[in-house]
Amino acid sequence: MKHELTSRETFDAYLASQKDMPRWWLDLKRESWDRFHDLPMPHRKDENWRFANINGVDLGGFHFGQNPEGEAAEKDLLERSEQVHQRAGRLVFANDRLVHHEAVSQKLSDQGVIWLPLEQAVRKHEDLLRKHFMAQPIKLGSEKFSALHGALCSAGSFLYVPRGVEIDLPLVACHWTNGPNSAVFPHTLVIAEDLARVTLVDFFASHQRHARNYVCGVNDLYAGPGSRVTYISAQNWGHDSLAFHLNSTQAFREAYVTSLNVNVGGRQARTESHSQVLGEGAHTEMQSLTVATGSQEFDQRTLQTHFKGHSVSDLLYKNALLDDARTIFSGLIKVEEEAQQTDAYQTNRNLLLSPTAEANALPGLEILANDVKCSHGATSGQIDDAQLYYMLARGIPESVAKQLLVFGFFEDILGKLENEEIAENLRSLIRAQFD
Amino acid sequence: MKQQLEIKNLSVKVEETEILKDLNLTLPRGEVHAIMGPNGTGKSTLAKALSGHPDYEITSGEVLLDGENILEMEVDERARAGLFMAFQYPSEIPGVSIANFIRAARQARLKEGEELEATQFYKALYEKMDMLQIDRKFTSRAVNEGFSGGEKKRNEILQMAMLEPKYAIMDETDSGLDIDALRIVSDGVNKLRGPERGILLITHYQRILDYIVPDHVHVMWNGRIVKSGGKELALELEKKGYDWIKEELTEPAARA
Ligand SMILES: Nc1ncnc2c1ncn2[C@@H]1O[C@H](COP(=O)(O)OP(=O)(O)OP(=O)(O)O)[C@@H](O)[C@H]1O
Ligand SMILES: [Mg+2]
Repeated sequence: MKHELTSRETFDAYLASQKDMPRWWLDLKRESWDRFHDLPMPHRKDENWRFANINGVDLGGFHFGQNPEGEAAEKDLLERSEQVHQRAGRLVFANDRLVHHEAVSQKLSDQGVIWLPLEQAVRKHEDLLRKHFMAQPIKLGSEKFSALHGALCSAGSFLYVPRGVEIDLPLVACHWTNGPNSAVFPHTLVIAEDLARVTLVDFFASHQRHARNYVCGVNDLYAGPGSRVTYISAQNWGHDSLAFHLNSTQAFREAYVTSLNVNVGGRQARTESHSQVLGEGAHTEMQSLTVATGSQEFDQRTLQTHFKGHSVSDLLYKNALLDDARTIFSGLIKVEEEAQQTDAYQTNRNLLLSPTAEANALPGLEILANDVKCSHGATSGQIDDAQLYYMLARGIPESVAKQLLVFGFFEDILGKLENEEIAENLRSLIRAQFD
Repeated sequence: MKQQLEIKNLSVKVEETEILKDLNLTLPRGEVHAIMGPNGTGKSTLAKALSGHPDYEITSGEVLLDGENILEMEVDERARAGLFMAFQYPSEIPGVSIANFIRAARQARLKEGEELEATQFYKALYEKMDMLQIDRKFTSRAVNEGFSGGEKKRNEILQMAMLEPKYAIMDETDSGLDIDALRIVSDGVNKLRGPERGILLITHYQRILDYIVPDHVHVMWNGRIVKSGGKELALELEKKGYDWIKEELTEPAARA
């Protein structure tokens, strides 16, 4: 029996499946569910939803907890989850069901590293989870969808790196959807204590390229003093999907956080990223690369908040648009009065490879401190006809020529990735959009 | 089927102005032809129209590449059919390295499913770069970005060497080159000369023809080829200037 995603039956069935989970967790679920229903749907007039296709935000016709193709499909998906061979651990989920858990080495676990599927972490590490799970403010417009995530989320990765522990290889999580109309709520929670160093990669994809799925993912990064956290995500949901990815990053004193989101999937995909500089000398890099094709809409909302000074936040969002695709970038830098000597940058660059593509940009600043360096800027460039002709005149087909220009446009970010295997994965994901 | 590039009664319009008028020219493989002519006479127009540039409208005529009409083909198809343009003003392609650019062009010439072999590719690339005395570091530089005029011209010849076209049209490749570069580029072009390739050199200067000795020289005037001859025609032009041609052209009209 398939119930509508937002129906009481869906939630009751889910709660029944969670009956062995701790009380506080179930309470949090109920509370989130009620909040989801209390909050209004986004409205055309909301500043946070300007330019977005509100009509496309419709949760009707999605189902939760289905696994129509069963274990055969899971096996296939597991085989396709080999993007990164050199890794410290891995988790694979299909339709929010754990398919595979590859633990970290004995050495890392002896050092206190925790790498667990979310539900196990909830059972075993109540203190950490109660402190960090869904503890960040959601301010960028998707409060309602975040509440639904809180209510229905069970799948995800929990990574805890104790003080001073450095992990060289990346941790990898793969989230798949399988079958039409399934809904998933992937969660990522990274806690890096003082001086820890870690990289986590999330791969998001639908089993079927043109699938219609609903996704609401949350990823929260906690970067303790002096830690280095690198987060990379590759979003390749089916091209008829509605997807939300909500990120919150907390950077404490002298922490260095880099995040890179590569987006190619979805019919309508919205990312919200909130970087909170909470300690002196912290540094956050927020990067995003998007290839928008067909009639896709990518909606990007960002907030860089500086509560403490001598800190840096540097945002660079690059969108390559083809066909009739649309992008929306809306960013805000907020520097609190106390945060003197802050450098905050926000750049959105759009490469329009089609005359009917549309890039919208809404950059913004709100500066309360007086001794700061801040800049924001958005540029949109059409593909240069002379460049295209020159490439064609060398016998390069138009689609390959555009692909080369897009790689040229992205190279300043992709070329700097330290992990060549991850970089190559991201490149092939981008390349596939031109087939 | 004759192995030649045959331009028959070609007329070309740019923005409603007819630039090429009923132009005829045949370039057999194995030969080098030079075209000379005053500024604005339509030499670059000929080159771009042959390549399929969208701004140039073919109003009549045919262009046969080894017997096949290329005017129906897209720009990239013509190139893959074996036509190469060394441009007078090559474009800059930011972010795309020379190696990746040439690689994509070579890959495009392979059959479906065939993959370019990377080591062989680099071996060939370095060989040609050495021949043209281009620093190997250039492979990772973005195509033409920040290149000097002479470097851009050399890069055009590098691409020509790597793509091994059947017919190459070189539009003022010699201008902007210093004496040494002129010699290097000419040596390179001479190495690319051969029975499998026809070369059309567009130039203003007889000097390059001392290095790359043409089989035929054509004079273009007002959108037409008005005079053809051997290498000595270039020398004569240099001595007498284009007025001499003009007089010759108007004479019969005056007599009539
Ligand atoms: N894209 C264009 N738009 C408008 N006019 C053009 C265009 N291309 C060429 N023309 C005109 O066509 C005529 C021929 O130009 P073309 O560049 O072919 O001359 P050329 O013989 O190559 O001259 P040069 O020796 O100076 O290179 C000129 O009058 C030029 O202004
Ligand atoms: Mg010219």
